[in-house]
Amino acid sequence: MAELLISTMETVPGYVIRKHLGLVQGSSVRAKHFGRDLMASLKNMVGGELKGYTELLQETRDEALERMQAEAKAVGANAVLNVRLATSSVATGAAEVFAYGTAVVLEDLPETA
Amino acid sequence: MDNLFPLILFGVLLVMGFICGGIAEKCHYASIREREKQLADILLVPGKQPPEGLGECRTVFVCGSAVIGMDYFKMTLAAFMNFLGGRISVYETLVERARREAILRMKETARREDGRYICNIKFSTANVMGQQAKKAGCVEVIAYGTAIIPRPS
Repeated sequence: MAELLISTMETVPGYVIRKHLGLVQGSSVRAKHFGRDLMASLKNMVGGELKGYTELLQETRDEALERMQAEAKAVGANAVLNVRLATSSVATGAAEVFAYGTAVVLEDLPETA
Repeated sequence: MDNLFPLILFGVLLVMGFICGGIAEKCHYASIREREKQLADILLVPGKQPPEGLGECRTVFVCGSAVIGMDYFKMTLAAFMNFLGGRISVYETLVERARREAILRMKETARREDGRYICNIKFSTANVMGQQAKKAGCVEVIAYGTAIIPRPS
């Protein structure tokens, strides 16, 4: 298993947890330039999806997850389990996403046959 | 004439919100229903464990998000309904649309990975608009979970 595995579950079917490396986390705060903010508030007058903000949320989320994965790799894990995403609200027009999970070392389940 | 201007603007925004918001909501619901049919074969499994007896499988983290805004007409209506108390139906549809859209996007990510099930789904709400969101009435939802991909045997 070369690639880092992330999962919201506490266990992964087919693998055993060999080592528990503790909590790893990553957070990100991002904003769009004021033009996009202006367009979003105008769009809010007529209703519908605010695409700029959806995109912003996605970018922020991906970045938070990436940072969490980088931290997990740094401690020598090959998987992060029980991943949760949390959000906070510090600034207006900015998305803040916080990702955390448990870094573990997984190993293939020994063949039972 | 000078003090009439805000009133006219208010009226124009109300009518514009009513028409555009109504169309946007109708189109969105139609698209949600259509895509829900297409993605109905990906099962959302409540609970922390994948279904039993799947054999060997692979798991992938999947997520989807949506930011859905309200229109001016509904915002005004919501303020009025809030004043009277009881159910605020215009907010209910907004929250429902955002949640269903986020689930659909999560399922679309799972589909790209050939996932059959999504386990342990969690929801989280963000607050991009900050303090403005209270007035503006927009809902931001993130849905995430673990997609289960059975290995072809």
